[in-house]
Amino acid sequence: MIDATVLERHGVTPDEYHRIVGFLGREPNITELGIFSVMWSEHCSYKSSRVHLRTLPTEGPQVVQGPGENAGAVDIGNGLAAVFKIESHNHPSFIEPYQGAATGVGGIIRDIFTMGARPIGLLNSLRFGALDAPGTKRLLEGVVAGIAGYGNSIGIPTVGGEVAFDPCYAGNPLVNVFCIGIAKTSDIIKGVASGVGNPVYYVGAKTGRDGIHGATMASAEFDERSAEKRPAVQVGDPFMEKLLLEACLEVMQTDALIGIQDMGAAGLTCSTTEMGSRGGAGVEIDVSHVPQRETGMTPYEIMLSESQERMLLVVKKGCEAEVERIFEKWDLHAVRIGEVTADGMLRVKERGAVVAEIPNRALTDEAPVYRRPTERPASLETAQTLDLEALPIASAPDVATTNRVLLLILGSPSIASKRWIYRQYDHMVQTNTVVLPGMGAGVLRVKGTDAALAMSVDCNSRYCYLDPRLGAMHALAEAARNVACAGARPLGATNCLNFGNPEKPAIMWQFAQAVEGLGSACRALSIPITGGNVSLYNETDGKAIFPTPVVGVVGLLPHADRALGRRFVGPDDAIVLLGEGHGELGGSEYLATVHGIVKGTPPSLDLDKERALQTLIVGLADSRLVRSAHDCSDGGLAVALAECCFDARVGADVQIDGVRVSSRDTINDAGALFGESASRIVVSARASDVPAVLARATAAGVPARVIGNTGGGRLRIAIGGRTAVDLQVEEAERPWASAIADRFTQRVA
Amino acid sequence: MTFGVVVFPGSNCDHDAYHAATQVLGERAELVWHKDTSLHDADVVILPGGFAHGDYLRTGAMARFSPIMPAIKAFADRGGPVLGICNGFQILLESGLLPGAMLRNRELKYRCEHLYIRVEQTDTPFSRRAQAGQVLRIPIGHGEGNYYADADVLSRLESNRQVVFRYCSPSGQVDDAANPNGSVHNVAGICNQRRNVVGMMPHPERACERLLGGTDGLVILQSVVDAVAAGANPADVATTSSTASTSPTR
Repeated sequence: MIDATVLERHGVTPDEYHRIVGFLGREPNITELGIFSVMWSEHCSYKSSRVHLRTLPTEGPQVVQGPGENAGAVDIGNGLAAVFKIESHNHPSFIEPYQGAATGVGGIIRDIFTMGARPIGLLNSLRFGALDAPGTKRLLEGVVAGIAGYGNSIGIPTVGGEVAFDPCYAGNPLVNVFCIGIAKTSDIIKGVASGVGNPVYYVGAKTGRDGIHGATMASAEFDERSAEKRPAVQVGDPFMEKLLLEACLEVMQTDALIGIQDMGAAGLTCSTTEMGSRGGAGVEIDVSHVPQRETGMTPYEIMLSESQERMLLVVKKGCEAEVERIFEKWDLHAVRIGEVTADGMLRVKERGAVVAEIPNRALTDEAPVYRRPTERPASLETAQTLDLEALPIASAPDVATTNRVLLLILGSPSIASKRWIYRQYDHMVQTNTVVLPGMGAGVLRVKGTDAALAMSVDCNSRYCYLDPRLGAMHALAEAARNVACAGARPLGATNCLNFGNPEKPAIMWQFAQAVEGLGSACRALSIPITGGNVSLYNETDGKAIFPTPVVGVVGLLPHADRALGRRFVGPDDAIVLLGEGHGELGGSEYLATVHGIVKGTPPSLDLDKERALQTLIVGLADSRLVRSAHDCSDGGLAVALAECCFDARVGADVQIDGVRVSSRDTINDAGALFGESASRIVVSARASDVPAVLARATAAGVPARVIGNTGGGRLRIAIGGRTAVDLQVEEAERPWASAIADRFTQRVA
Repeated sequence: MTFGVVVFPGSNCDHDAYHAATQVLGERAELVWHKDTSLHDADVVILPGGFAHGDYLRTGAMARFSPIMPAIKAFADRGGPVLGICNGFQILLESGLLPGAMLRNRELKYRCEHLYIRVEQTDTPFSRRAQAGQVLRIPIGHGEGNYYADADVLSRLESNRQVVFRYCSPSGQVDDAANPNGSVHNVAGICNQRRNVVGMMPHPERACERLLGGTDGLVILQSVVDAVAAGANPADVATTSSTASTSPTR
């Protein structure tokens, strides 16, 4: 019955099949093969990535929970912990954007409340093909509606994120969702099954045939037949999840619970085996007790279904009635489907007859681990070669042309305001949102304390394509810098590593390099990784996305009312640049938008300088010495300054130094204005506070200088005394504010 | 005094209203489960925002069958102050405590942002502390806030002065540019004829603390604290001041 075709359909290699037979001491039946195939899929087993992920730093005095549980957690004082994680839902979102994105939100929320934390915020990191390319608008609109539909309904604010556009994502958009919650540190609950004889409960939506082999789907490339995989995408029900959330949090207040896990990828299979494995126990269930939405479902289908909004609980014997009563209150039915055993086996029965029997170990700890071959792509040499002299622009700079270039960059969809998008997300529910979307990192106050949490997700995938190691370092540094700009000290990070097919040595090289870079940046900035997710096989028709290691960083502000945003606060403040620019244009937004090329090497990054800069800005915010802070990254200093003016109704008059990166002044000006040198922050301060700001910077070893003043209605930037940019703020704001919105409103009209 | 905040299973602004009442106003508040049949000793009832029963059918369409609803109707019939916010407003419409209906937003998208509303009437328990014509900056967050009533109902609403809040520009101009969802006559909130039941789409509980960007919502919640403290049946005040325009209803 199990032949080569069946194995191929399950994504199981002949070698792997041989190992399965070894573990069982016999041939598996089809149900067992299905269980192995999902647990050993890339998505669940991390078989290609594990050897690299092991090298990431995961420890620190603040870490309450590192990788390996449903989510990570860091101590935020007052006996509380911030529980957070990021996850991808790329493949489902490409096939069915609304439901794919919605269920991505649902999945990550379950990971957070499963830990005993009440979710308080969501972020997302989205990537699409060029906005004007066919199909992109439909995808973007669907994904945004799906995120909104789920998050708004369940009542968790979406407080920030990033959205970027690049042709490399045309056939493979990325939808990464981050969720954060708050738990009493002493009440954190884990996904363990222990205590022989303790009952195993199933709660939530009924099981249907949806999502069967979703995990396997996420472990293969796409081609023109991918639309046929639509039945493997699940449908979300945020109301059901809201009931589950409230009921589970209520059950967690009792002493009745041993462990709990959501049924996400690989559904019932993954939750039973992982809980058993963590608790060093076995789990025995009878699938005939599992509530079913359809008739005639086989054990194979029930075990592999990825129907949404389901939880698995291990309850203390004797507390059954208490647990059942709470779920009853929320109109949910908790059904006993089995119990914890001592023999370390996953045993699946159907009306009493054993239909699958597998050692838990074989499915989890003993799952295959590959050290796949890596090879630096030969094409990288060419990509890294950037000849600025060859850029087709005039030699003599003139203000009108430079103004136009700035307007062009401000209107590029990756840079432009995302208001049309975040306005669709309820970003204020729960009344904690201190810094609104579009104003910098998301900042949420922690009720019952003076503190707030700041959070940001970032990645510049052009950098990662040109140098995955350095690019990943930038991703962590930028996310942490954004959090620091809000005034918060970074505490921990979560990552979502989106890459192509790991079986290709060039992709695996990118992956290995990126993890190495990420690890070194985490160590240098003392920010441990507390969990995350890997999404491989992001390829369509053999074309991979840029390597995209998205990093989410969470930081703590002891005083919520000292949080900073990007906007200038009013006129007559001094504008201070912390850090130095060197005119680095490699991989820049300028090159991509103005010249249509992704070339060169990313800006250099000195992690010691970065650390000093971040410590400085956190101290300045805490001492209330600065009134706004904005990270200088995509689009360089000119874009950062413009963004400081936008929504503020105040202009800026700025003088900066020139840089020399080429023989032509136009290119040198571009370097000064649009170069993306790292470790820079634009702050504004009352004139009377400037001496203190500069003294602090000197003490911290961070270069700092007053580059101008706020005020008036114009954005004027002079380079070495010569005016380079001179625009009405309103004129500069127009393309930035309307680039995305206009493309959609025109469609409706 | 005690705020009774009704909790439907899909309510998601229940805790926000509770927080505003207890932590910001310093009053007592109780969460009232929708399966209860008594409001206990609530002096004012808040129907909070959210998606009461998932609202896959029509917003608020199922909530009117919740066991708590008869108690709320009786409370309102006695003249007790009731405020429906967002989904709470939708529920008041579906249960017939307020006239009219909600359509999807004109642009068919959920919309969350700070907006401006103008106080049109100050003789309701939720606006008595405001000045007539006062402009409040208060956030909205809804996909179905496009208030609709037919011409008859609308003219009755206007002649009875039942439109309490209208969307407006920052300077108080009521025009289409300031209308976020297509509501008729820029309606952001209305009251019943007795003036003790108010429904509004904007979220006053989200605008009660400086830390969150504004305190313009406080005037709405403080109004009802005053009304209850004044002891007078809020409906009495209303009847005397609006006698002239009172007309028979269906």
